[in-house]
Amino acid sequence: MSKDSKTVSSDKAPVEDGSKRDFLYLTAASMAAVAAGSVAWPLVDQMNPAADTLALSTTEVDLTPVEVGQAITVMWRGAPVFIRRRTQAEIDAARAVDMNALRDKETDEERAQKPEWLIMTGICTHLGCVPLGQKSGDQKGEYGGWFCPCHGSHYDTAGRIRKGPAPKNLIIPPYEFLSDTTVKIG
Amino acid sequence: MASGKREKFDNPVVEWVDSRLPIFTMVQKEYGVFPTPRNFNYFWNFGAIAMFMLVTMIISGITLAMHYAAHQDMAFDSVERIMRDVNYGWLVRYIHANGASFFFIAVYIHIFRGLYYGSYKQPRELLWMFGVLIFLLMMATAFMGYVLPWGQMSFWGAQVITSFFSAIPLIGDSIVVWLRGGFSIDNATLNRFFALHYLLPFVIVGVVFLHVWALHVTGSNNPSGVEPKTEKDTLPFHPYYTMKDTFGLMFFITIYAVFVFFFPNSLGHADNYIPADPLVTPAHIVPEWYFLPFYAILRAFTFGINIYLLVGLAITALAVFPLFTRAKGKDIDLKSMGVLMAIAGVFLLGGYFSQLELASGDIALPLPFSAAFVDAKLCGVLAMFGSILLLFVLPFIDTHPNRSARFRPWFKIGVLLLVVDIVILTICGAKPAEGFWVPLSQIGMLYYMGFFTVGVAFLSKFEPVKDLPESIYKSVTDKPQKTVAKG
Repeated sequence: MSKDSKTVSSDKAPVEDGSKRDFLYLTAASMAAVAAGSVAWPLVDQMNPAADTLALSTTEVDLTPVEVGQAITVMWRGAPVFIRRRTQAEIDAARAVDMNALRDKETDEERAQKPEWLIMTGICTHLGCVPLGQKSGDQKGEYGGWFCPCHGSHYDTAGRIRKGPAPKNLIIPPYEFLSDTTVKIG
Repeated sequence: MASGKREKFDNPVVEWVDSRLPIFTMVQKEYGVFPTPRNFNYFWNFGAIAMFMLVTMIISGITLAMHYAAHQDMAFDSVERIMRDVNYGWLVRYIHANGASFFFIAVYIHIFRGLYYGSYKQPRELLWMFGVLIFLLMMATAFMGYVLPWGQMSFWGAQVITSFFSAIPLIGDSIVVWLRGGFSIDNATLNRFFALHYLLPFVIVGVVFLHVWALHVTGSNNPSGVEPKTEKDTLPFHPYYTMKDTFGLMFFITIYAVFVFFFPNSLGHADNYIPADPLVTPAHIVPEWYFLPFYAILRAFTFGINIYLLVGLAITALAVFPLFTRAKGKDIDLKSMGVLMAIAGVFLLGGYFSQLELASGDIALPLPFSAAFVDAKLCGVLAMFGSILLLFVLPFIDTHPNRSARFRPWFKIGVLLLVVDIVILTICGAKPAEGFWVPLSQIGMLYYMGFFTVGVAFLSKFEPVKDLPESIYKSVTDKPQKTVAKG
């Protein structure tokens, strides 16, 4: 500082190469950008799920009443979760599939912790409809699993996409068996 | 605005205001004596009609908002209460619900007018682009409004449309959660849609203001596409076009009223009178009729981009490149373009059929490496947004010197076929995506995309440039002798 003032106080006019002014512009502009960003972020982030929505993110399910071949639908985070107690025939069908025939290659073992219990989010990976196949009278599609009536996606008995526009298999939510008959989703 | 010379008004109150804020002078200039081409046909009514519909929607919408509750437990019932208990609630709601359809009818005819008579061309490009922006805002507003009654179609329409964004690689899922404010469509979604549905119409009013401002800088186009040259070519806006617009508007309102009073639900879906249920998807999710062509384009992609399609598209781009870079048709080597297009066609068909699953479960044309690396879902979403984006860039693709389709017989056929194509796409969009409707919507999509890219660019360079009438005045007075193209 003292050097600068010395220069100014001398008879010679200060050298104006513009670098000092550029520096001031740049610091001012970057401070303004930081300020704008710090105001914008809360406004953007308020649209993300609120704390109470996040708090509802686990659910426990009692599996005792579900017989072999039956399926139940439970709600988890506002969306349906399919739980199907598969028959041996369905498990065998899912395991006999040639991996090359699959669009989203996953083995049945990767998709079910216990072969008997298939637990998946009941949301079609195409555009988010709920596929049919949970109730006994439902259309189950060409592969005996689930069929999405909106745009015609067919899922097999492991919930894998086999035909139609959906790009991915039905998503497996995080879950763990707390006991043989209780499962915690989320 | 205040700088120009101002004529005094006789009425002292008007004069007092005008000398302080020359608003009467402005209205007089822009809507009184504003020189308007003398040869407008009834297609030129639809701007005013659309403006009337915008005002109708805002007034009826604000009225409905006084009785509506934007909460997932109350929304459906509050709409039913409006229908049953609120004084004239049924009328206001039917005016609003059918008004959306009639707003789109007016706007679609208005857009067709712009296309057919070349209103998007120099110097009205920006005017046109503001129009496309209004159209986009209208689509967003209409979609969010349809969610508010919280019926089955509301809920599942919101589910499908917000899911579009999950097609975006990597960040797609986070964007969907952000848009919904939760892991599924729920109260947070409904609340924000209501806030935005209330806001966006006023944004539309702002863009309409820019649209009209730009119009009053360039002046209106007209059916001949020839700019007015002398005073003989124009008429003062009032009373000539205030009257013509009023007449057309009366006709339009009559049809609108017939729907409001006699067929109020014919344009909606019965499913939307079932309260939203996140566990049951309606058998057949269909958007409102005005979105159907775009929905058909979305669903036309049962295939993704694989290596063959990519090569085909690249060769197509190479083939049509001269259409965009060369100044004149005669500089373009049509033969090599034809050869390249034929090669591209082989690749494109190969790419398509190598992903086409036949009813037997076999692939129509098994080729190696036919797996798609841009999946069908992303392609569909991109194509749907792209189909509107193409309208934005249309003024820069179409460089033909003649404006009006009256003097462009080739373009005229192309644009009329486009109307037929959009009608076909509308029907495809309403049908389930299976059987014969899938290839039909694919052909429809191809024509739509092809017309706005290759078609318009090709015609710009190769369609003969016809002699235009000397002036609008001449085109009207000398009609029997000098009509160049009939109709």
